[in-house]
Amino acid sequence: MSKSTIKVALIGNPNVGKTSVFNQLTGLNQQVGNYPGITVEKKQGASKLSDNVKAKIIDLPGTYSLNASSIDENVVIELLLNKKDEDFPDVAVVVTEVENLKRNLLLFTQIKDLEIPTILVINMADRMSLKGIEFDLPILERELKTKIALVSSRKKTGISELKSLILNYESLSTEPCLNASVIDPDYFNNLRRAFPNQLLYKLWLVITQDVNFLNLERNEIKNSFTKSHSDLKRLQQKETIKRYQFINDTLKIGQKIDASKATDLRAKLDRVLTHKVFGYLIFFGILMLIFQSIFDWSKIPMDFIDETFTSLSAYTKNHLPAGEFTNLLSEGIIPGISGIVIFIPQIAFLFLFISILEESGYMSRVVFLMDKIMRRFGLSGKSIVPLISGTACAIPAIMSARNIENWKERLITILVTPFTTCSARLPVYAILISLIIPEERVFGFLSLQGLTLMLLYLIGFGMAVLSATLLNYFLKLNCKSYFVIEMPSYKVPMFKNVALNVIEKTKAFVTGAGKIILALSIILWFLGSHGPTNNFKNADAIVLQELELSQNIASIEPELIENKISSYKLEHSYIGILGKAIEPAIRPLGYDWKIGIAVVSSFAAREVFVGTLATIYNVGNHSDEEVTIKNRMAAEINPVTGEKIFNFASGISLLLFYAFAMQCMSTIAIVKKETNSWKWPLIQFVFMSGFAYLTALIAYQILK
Amino acid sequence: MEKNLSNFKKGEKGYISEINVDEIPLKLLEMGCLPGNFIELIQIAPFGDPYYFNINDSHVAIRKETAKEIIVTLETTI
Repeated sequence: MSKSTIKVALIGNPNVGKTSVFNQLTGLNQQVGNYPGITVEKKQGASKLSDNVKAKIIDLPGTYSLNASSIDENVVIELLLNKKDEDFPDVAVVVTEVENLKRNLLLFTQIKDLEIPTILVINMADRMSLKGIEFDLPILERELKTKIALVSSRKKTGISELKSLILNYESLSTEPCLNASVIDPDYFNNLRRAFPNQLLYKLWLVITQDVNFLNLERNEIKNSFTKSHSDLKRLQQKETIKRYQFINDTLKIGQKIDASKATDLRAKLDRVLTHKVFGYLIFFGILMLIFQSIFDWSKIPMDFIDETFTSLSAYTKNHLPAGEFTNLLSEGIIPGISGIVIFIPQIAFLFLFISILEESGYMSRVVFLMDKIMRRFGLSGKSIVPLISGTACAIPAIMSARNIENWKERLITILVTPFTTCSARLPVYAILISLIIPEERVFGFLSLQGLTLMLLYLIGFGMAVLSATLLNYFLKLNCKSYFVIEMPSYKVPMFKNVALNVIEKTKAFVTGAGKIILALSIILWFLGSHGPTNNFKNADAIVLQELELSQNIASIEPELIENKISSYKLEHSYIGILGKAIEPAIRPLGYDWKIGIAVVSSFAAREVFVGTLATIYNVGNHSDEEVTIKNRMAAEINPVTGEKIFNFASGISLLLFYAFAMQCMSTIAIVKKETNSWKWPLIQFVFMSGFAYLTALIAYQILK
Repeated sequence: MEKNLSNFKKGEKGYISEINVDEIPLKLLEMGCLPGNFIELIQIAPFGDPYYFNINDSHVAIRKETAKEIIVTLETTI
């Protein structure tokens, strides 16, 4: 064997189970990253082929052909055309599936034209008898000039055969399986003569595609061989017809279908799931189930996490030697980490549901059901996926808008998605609701607090739809509207795929958002426990002196004195000074300077709100008891009026502010990347935050 | 008999006879929406749009405005 590591690229159409094959080959041995400079996910893994040879496997984004129409698909072409890329494969594994083999083979014939050693995987072999399909593998291998592995990633069969084919990749044919240049012989002969050292199909891809292509001067090719867009498309059509002719001829001799044996579950399920009444009922039922799991089921692990961290913080403070480091740990880092960990249950539930819906094939039916309705608001049926995933996190949601073909619909989707109630808002909502809404039930069973939360979700969706309508009206973009969506067959989701997906997405969120939250909580702790003036340094003496002047100090409880000192300190710390400076701007909304600090730091990420208040109050509270953040908030009193700081009016005003404001740096960054300009994230930021300020102002002034 | 695809009723089938290449996305061509291929309307979404087809064994949904660009020769029922 000449190599100890074989580089393998997994290529295939969406919905063929490519990722399942990847999971079977690599097990837990995989890493997810990004391609440099773009936000396309890069999945890699290692697979042991024999005792001394392993494979490095890259799971490339799903694509229907080598004619790219999105940045995800560009990745595939850019890799396959660039022999100098460190990931350029030794062997390409094209994954197809039993039921859609005809369409899947189109991509296969294109890959073969690149003259890379290629293996054909026919996945979902367990469905063959169900569909009455049989293959003559020797004939198919001869016609397609390849080796075939018949795999069932569900039943875990065929994987070892695939591994041995990869191991022996050097014996694979690199001959194309058809000659597509017959569609315009003159044109292609000239092209061949002009660039005798280049692969003809490669040249053709460079002419028709808009991808980065390193080793060829594309201008040179373009000038002499350029054609009008319409002519090129006609040629591409001819090319596609040619390829399908070849595929049809091949399958005629290599595949047998006994239609009478086929059971059609798809038709039966479609009839119900896309029904004009039941279809919507089922969809809303599923949505209710998802929200139920976020509100209710994740409450138990979340309360547990909250209490654990509160006692951990108290424990550290009591058992470590007193000093700066202990304070940083118990008042900065532990509450900071707690603010991240507490999200895990909700995020995991959301990604669990979303990946089940996608894996099962149901999501496409929802897109189909909702397209006409969504279009009324300038959105696409495909906007449903970002809007639902937006309830977990706007970042993956905005990235999932990529498969919306129409730019205007995609742009509007990107701009309005941050209005949906993401999980970062939940802890803010949860704590505020529990402070200002009484724990009562209407009609005996509907929790008032639950209803308020539900209402906030509806406000978020409502605002998304409303602003989409406005954008649709004002945006003057003339985009050719088209919409193509595959309706995959229904499948029972595979546990391994769903589990890996949930773990990976949750991990990405926690590490991504976690870094910001942790850094901010350390900074906030520092700013809150240090001050520039002598007032801060001599806080003890000043407070004691004041108290002595006003009354008999012996009659005051020591704890109260302690509290007075710490709040005096906080007021004169860096953060206090900063908070006081912005107070005039937020006072009309009903907030004091402590809330102001929390709101301002939330512009990095919303979930920082609770953590910031936790840090601020912890800093201001030196009693060693375990006090949960909620109790501390409820006890906050306005020193001037004697009223509670978190009352109904200021609470509602805060809720509305968080519902609408664009407070997430990562979202702004992703919008910039996806729209390729600062214009859109800026407009989004100003509009959302301005609107938030205005509604919060109005709400407080009416309610106070 | 030829019929515009946007006028199809649920269950109608035939073979594609003509497409307007300029108005049809390449992706749809690649899914098999090409002259000579079989097509059947499986379902129309509530409110009359989009359409859900079996095209050349691919199951695909497209909007009515795209369907307008496709002419089909109906399969003669015997």
